[in-house]
Amino acid sequence: MNHATGAHPLSQLADRVQPRDRSLLDRLFRWFCIATASVSILILAVLLVAVFYLGVSSLNWNFLTHYPEPDATQAGLGPAIWGTVWVCVVCGFFALPIGVATAVFLEEFKPSNKWLLKLHGFIQLNINNLAGVPSVVYGIIGLTLFVSMAGLFGSPNEPFASVGVKYFDQFFTAGQKALRVPIADPSQPQTVATPGLQALNADDEWVEINVVKSRRDLPRNLKDRRYAIVEGKTSGRIQDGSWYYFRLPFGRSVMAGALTLMLVILPIVIISTQEALRGVPGSLREAGMGLGSTQWQVVRNITLPAAVPGIMTGAILSMSRAIGEAAPILILAGAIFLTNNPGNLMDDFTVLPLQIFDWAGRPQPEFHHLAGGGILVLLAILFVFNLTAVLIRQFTQKNLS
Amino acid sequence: MATPEHPILKPSDPSRVFGFRSLNGIYLREWGVKFLLAGCALMSILTTLAIVVVLFTEATRFFHADQVVCDGVYVATSTRETAGDTVLCPECGASHILPASVTFYDFITGTEWNPLIGKETDKKFGVWALISGTLIVSLIAMLVAIPLGLVTAIYLSEYAHPRVRAILKPTLEVLAGIPTVVYGFFALMVITPSLQFFHDGFNTFNATAAGLAVGVLCLPIVSSLVEDALQAVPRSLREGGYGMGATKFEVSTKIVLPAALSGIMSAFLLAVSRTVGETMIVALAAGSRPHLTVDPRDDTQTMTGWMVQMALGDNSNFDMTYLSMYAVAAVLFVITMSLTISGNIVRNRFREEYQ
Repeated sequence: MNHATGAHPLSQLADRVQPRDRSLLDRLFRWFCIATASVSILILAVLLVAVFYLGVSSLNWNFLTHYPEPDATQAGLGPAIWGTVWVCVVCGFFALPIGVATAVFLEEFKPSNKWLLKLHGFIQLNINNLAGVPSVVYGIIGLTLFVSMAGLFGSPNEPFASVGVKYFDQFFTAGQKALRVPIADPSQPQTVATPGLQALNADDEWVEINVVKSRRDLPRNLKDRRYAIVEGKTSGRIQDGSWYYFRLPFGRSVMAGALTLMLVILPIVIISTQEALRGVPGSLREAGMGLGSTQWQVVRNITLPAAVPGIMTGAILSMSRAIGEAAPILILAGAIFLTNNPGNLMDDFTVLPLQIFDWAGRPQPEFHHLAGGGILVLLAILFVFNLTAVLIRQFTQKNLS
Repeated sequence: MATPEHPILKPSDPSRVFGFRSLNGIYLREWGVKFLLAGCALMSILTTLAIVVVLFTEATRFFHADQVVCDGVYVATSTRETAGDTVLCPECGASHILPASVTFYDFITGTEWNPLIGKETDKKFGVWALISGTLIVSLIAMLVAIPLGLVTAIYLSEYAHPRVRAILKPTLEVLAGIPTVVYGFFALMVITPSLQFFHDGFNTFNATAAGLAVGVLCLPIVSSLVEDALQAVPRSLREGGYGMGATKFEVSTKIVLPAALSGIMSAFLLAVSRTVGETMIVALAAGSRPHLTVDPRDDTQTMTGWMVQMALGDNSNFDMTYLSMYAVAAVLFVITMSLTISGNIVRNRFREEYQ
């Protein structure tokens, strides 16, 4: 080839670029890459240091157990921690079996029929797309489908069906003085004090209420005054749910929150389980088939046991996603002030990220410290979860092929 | 003397005695299991269906919220000119005030969003005021996430020593696992004060801080998706490049990147879809003033921010303003869904097949 005439302009260019320049460029790019990649490590470090700096002062036992009082020095995370526990347990109870079952169906039961195969592919595509739906949209869906059930079953205050709940109309809110009138039908109006009214006192004994005409007729001594009410005084409706309390619609309850989070993490559970199942070599399945097993026998005795570590890792990681998820719960339950931990599936609840959001959004700096403390607790929980996942992955990894 | 019982074959168990069991039970169980699993798989279809039905029926209710109906009798529909006028019911003669007008056209083209002002009839629902907020936050986030994520992925896939990888990969996984509310707190407490330190013009709530935090959130997503795409490029292509005397930089940028282009594009699309749907960060750090702006120092409100504001407010009365949440959610769903679907299409359709 004649270099002097230059067959192609690019080849002339290639001649001018010296090998030294090219290797210099290569080394420069390598350093640029290292610098860029360490940005993420730097960000993580700054984030952790900042959160620690802001939050460590609020960490103490009181903070973990107390309820979020308006006084920042006394406020705590108790209901939020218990709400997170309740919601995640119920969510996992539904999401994990359904997710694993879906993944098994998609991976192990591929139909031979052409149309069923198309449906199969459609379900797979659909799951991939569902994984991209923003969680806030799931919150809106949960609000309509679970909280109010599209209004099909009445309102949460006057449920269509409920078991395990007693309604009371309560006079006086103060603990020892509370007088409660049991109510059979929650749709009837609240009780008004009328002469001859009977009620339960704080020790669950029936007492006759001394209904007086006006404030001036109230007995002087405190003992008699305990059961005396001015005529016409209105009561407040309260409900006392036992541990199995259940109603339709769910209202802004643990159940609604858990089912909504289930929708959020289902695609993640399914996709991670599918990956675990794909990791099981086909030769194992074929050996099972060769012994005359049916499809389900192969799945139950060979594929699933072999994929358990992968499935568990995926399950733990998706549960940690559920723990940190705030947007759907925020849409569903709002940021509410709670003084007690949830005791049944129909109780109001709040979760850790939501409590953090509530505190972080306030203007006073002392609440920002509380939010920082809450984040430390949340990150500690997530750290334990992720550590478990990593350990499972480390210790159960077997070479199957 | 009675014969001693066989330790395994009990006479009471016919299947043992005759050496076989009826297969009908097994086949029945096989079908039962199959139906059960298929039922679980159909849950995902039902979920999609529920999302579409709920969002669009409630959004329809929003667009019909400007109609006055008296005892089931249609009276009138408010328009921009007649909003605030009094109309009489043709049946019972009761007078009604026409509410603010919401038409689909005004919603989808309008640039002013002010449902929370005092006067009912002056309310305007122009969704572009919210979309612009979402766009500006997403743009800033992508300016952070795409370059950082891309270069990190190239480094991880082409350059990194296994020992560096062992540090960098878990770091990215931790960044991806941090709850979004933590990033929101970080944006509000750290990024905004830092921005204000460098430039006075930044508001307490601003789009830049929120966008930077969303970008950090998306960085691990971009880098892991791009890395997957780069890893999918067969080794033989790289070795062909090295064999011709190319440096690592040349192989990475001129051979591997073009070969993985569809995967990279799909990663970008999926990341954009994630930024559009991001909620907690913008709810904490971006503010709550929906207006059409390009100033990243200003406070703004995104679509998700509006939904949060509605959910936090007193929503016992299901009025027009509250229902607008569903219409905004429908727009958000359409945008993210089309981004996700096009991301998946790009990945599958334009994939270069090797081997």
